[in-house]
Amino acid sequence: MVPESYYIGLSAILFTVGVVGVLVRRNPLVIFMSIELMLNAANLALVAFGHRFGTADAQALVFFVMTVAAAEVAVGLAIIVAIFRLRHRLSVDDLSLMRW
Amino acid sequence: MQHFAFFVIAFLAVASALGLVLRRNPIHGALFLVVNLGCVAALYLMLGAEFLAAAQVIIYAGAIMVLFVFAIMVLIPKKEETGPDPLRPARLVAVPVGVLLLLEIWLVWKSPLLSTPGSIHPPGDIGSVGRLLFSTYLFPFEVTSVLLLAALVGVLALAKRRSS
Repeated sequence: MVPESYYIGLSAILFTVGVVGVLVRRNPLVIFMSIELMLNAANLALVAFGHRFGTADAQALVFFVMTVAAAEVAVGLAIIVAIFRLRHRLSVDDLSLMRW
Repeated sequence: MQHFAFFVIAFLAVASALGLVLRRNPIHGALFLVVNLGCVAALYLMLGAEFLAAAQVIIYAGAIMVLFVFAIMVLIPKKEETGPDPLRPARLVAVPVGVLLLLEIWLVWKSPLLSTPGSIHPPGDIGSVGRLLFSTYLFPFEVTSVLLLAALVGVLALAKRRSS
């Protein structure tokens, strides 16, 4: 039996990699995928804790997180496509204005 | 044995996450993310969360990543894959790997694990998750449907070309 702390450690590593991706990359699509990576790391930690304490509540919570992530991706990609139509470039450095 | 499997999956997960961050081409990043999501699904299985593993593969690796790849293809059209196949040597490996996988499927099919009924029910099995979703978490579950509807309407409003 693999101890749950290993899963928590792996989750922390994946979350860190996701944070680095959000901070380092300039392509909004890659930033989005890094956010998905972080959500997955959090989900993994949730499931590991649920396994540790013997409840299924964590899995219900992860189910909701997945649904919210799906909605978030749909809306986020629509926003990115809309921005691309306006600017014809894809870099978050160009998006420093709140309105134009 | 479980430790070995865990470390292999964990290594794959971390390596694919690093690949997502470090590769320049977003389509490579998307494929790395698919590998990562698959690894997390395998870890869910090891933790006894079968429902989540299936949902992970279907929702994340299936639906969400298709959306990502679609958006990448729409937004970055100048990096089209043309010319000769750069992975020609990989085809030679494909046949032995396919045979190996077929053998594995056959072994799993023949194994006594499939024939014996599961006697233990860990707290995270699909029945208890479903019961929780439709009893304790019934209200959040219904709110989720409103959220999905809102996302649907919002995406349509955003994606609609303004005629003026």
